[in-house]
Amino acid sequence: MHPARSVIIFTVLSGLGFGFLAFLGAGLVQPSGWAAFWLWGLGYALAVGGLLSSTFHLGNPQRALLAFTQWRSSWLSREAWAAVAALLCLAPMALSDWLGLGLPRIIGLLGAVLCALTILSTSMIYAQIRAVPRWNNASVPAAFMALALGGGAILADQTGLAVVLLAASGAAMAWHWRQGDQAFAAAGSTMGTATGLGDIGRVEVFELPHTGGNYLLREMIFVVGRKHAQKVRIIAMACAVVLPMVCLLLLPPFVGLLAALAAYLIGAFAQRWLFFAQAEHVVGLYYGKR
Amino acid sequence: MTCLPAKTDKALGLVIDLDTCVGCHACVTACKGWNDQGYGAPLSDQNPYGSDPSGTFLNRVHSYQVVPDLTGGVQAAAQIINFPRSCLHCADAPCVTVCPTGASYKRVEDGIVLVNEDACIGCGLCAWACPYGAREMDADAGVMKKCTLCVDRIYNENLPEEDREPACVRTCPTGARHFGDLGDPDSDVSKLVASRGGYDLMPEQATRPTNKYLPPRKKDRPDQASLLAPLLDIQATGFAGWLDKVLGKL
Repeated sequence: MHPARSVIIFTVLSGLGFGFLAFLGAGLVQPSGWAAFWLWGLGYALAVGGLLSSTFHLGNPQRALLAFTQWRSSWLSREAWAAVAALLCLAPMALSDWLGLGLPRIIGLLGAVLCALTILSTSMIYAQIRAVPRWNNASVPAAFMALALGGGAILADQTGLAVVLLAASGAAMAWHWRQGDQAFAAAGSTMGTATGLGDIGRVEVFELPHTGGNYLLREMIFVVGRKHAQKVRIIAMACAVVLPMVCLLLLPPFVGLLAALAAYLIGAFAQRWLFFAQAEHVVGLYYGKR
Repeated sequence: MTCLPAKTDKALGLVIDLDTCVGCHACVTACKGWNDQGYGAPLSDQNPYGSDPSGTFLNRVHSYQVVPDLTGGVQAAAQIINFPRSCLHCADAPCVTVCPTGASYKRVEDGIVLVNEDACIGCGLCAWACPYGAREMDADAGVMKKCTLCVDRIYNENLPEEDREPACVRTCPTGARHFGDLGDPDSDVSKLVASRGGYDLMPEQATRPTNKYLPPRKKDRPDQASLLAPLLDIQATGFAGWLDKVLGKL
């Protein structure tokens, strides 16, 4: 699949933002005064900035509000609802922390659950797609959730929790890669089933239907950079999991947090790029490609 | 709502005969021609006369070479099979349920899967969800385009009756494309599918396509690698034969 810049930025930044907001809402960090203003502001900026970025890959973003209508069937619509609900629910909690209103923490806890639902909905947009076998399994929500919450824990300066969540994120990532590498074969789609000609014999492309490129080739049959997949995996694992742990545990508090965050972002972007670039859509079979 | 209807009154669709298709691409051209006018945003082209042309099409014709499996140690000749690919108007259309805006829908009355372009935000998720590559985003209009089964032809009483079928079917010079109600077991298309063993594409994707493909008929002489094989086995005779023998002994 084509790794669109806007979607990669959206999933990484929104994930980090909602992960962080979940920690703020749950009260694991309880800043007050202007510290609260800036920390809550950072969480909101990441979450909203990511959501805005996602609109850049729309053909007609002026109609984006219609995306709230189909929550009964569509994970994309559910994500829109969950995101707005989380942001609205947490607003009084943010004000309470900033201005010392002393509102009950239960509001924040509810907001934290909504943040988790938002991250889950984002991951389900991909995990629901049967036509992309690498995505169509439970490792996708696990990897998205652990990565987002791990990043949130770094920002929330929760070293102990961050180490646990980052380790979980590494495990989920490894699970996703392992599962993903076998997924296409396990799904059972081949050029034979795609054309229905497999009963006759071995199906090969004789001639393509068009000499130029088209939307399908650009969007679904993206193969650029797959040969570097192994190296990118190592970078993703090192930067998103190992380095942040090392920084948090060994470096002095604030420097450690900044270094961990920087490494995390590089790793998260690498992982998310790979998530798209490595995903093979079954339509590639019609073109003799994966 | 982008929930799928439990049942449709009719299941209009196409039956494509892979035995008869000659791969002329007339259906592609007719489709593009008809869908450039009238219904919805026209199918645009980008840089059509330049070095890297690209455009939106609702129908593409692939060509495959199928090398038969060895039977009794004999390799039969490869078959060339032309393969038109377009929307299959699936009963369990995954493109419909993923749509966040309700732009994608399946009609209860005839089972046609359509896009309401006024509600389409161009997110592309439906094209991702389709295993068959039936949907293409129009780069000009920013909305998703797909086969409408020529919904603006088949019910159009301004057209002569023989033209009230999809443009691809109407134009096919070999009669490889058939249009009808596949939900009615007594329809001509249903009988055709039953008699020729029509099948679904990628059944493992659980989309339950309406469109069916008819397999190529069996070759009457499957064991022969090439009809020209006997002619290629040239034996030298006369002077050339004598020379062949002498030179062979040297």
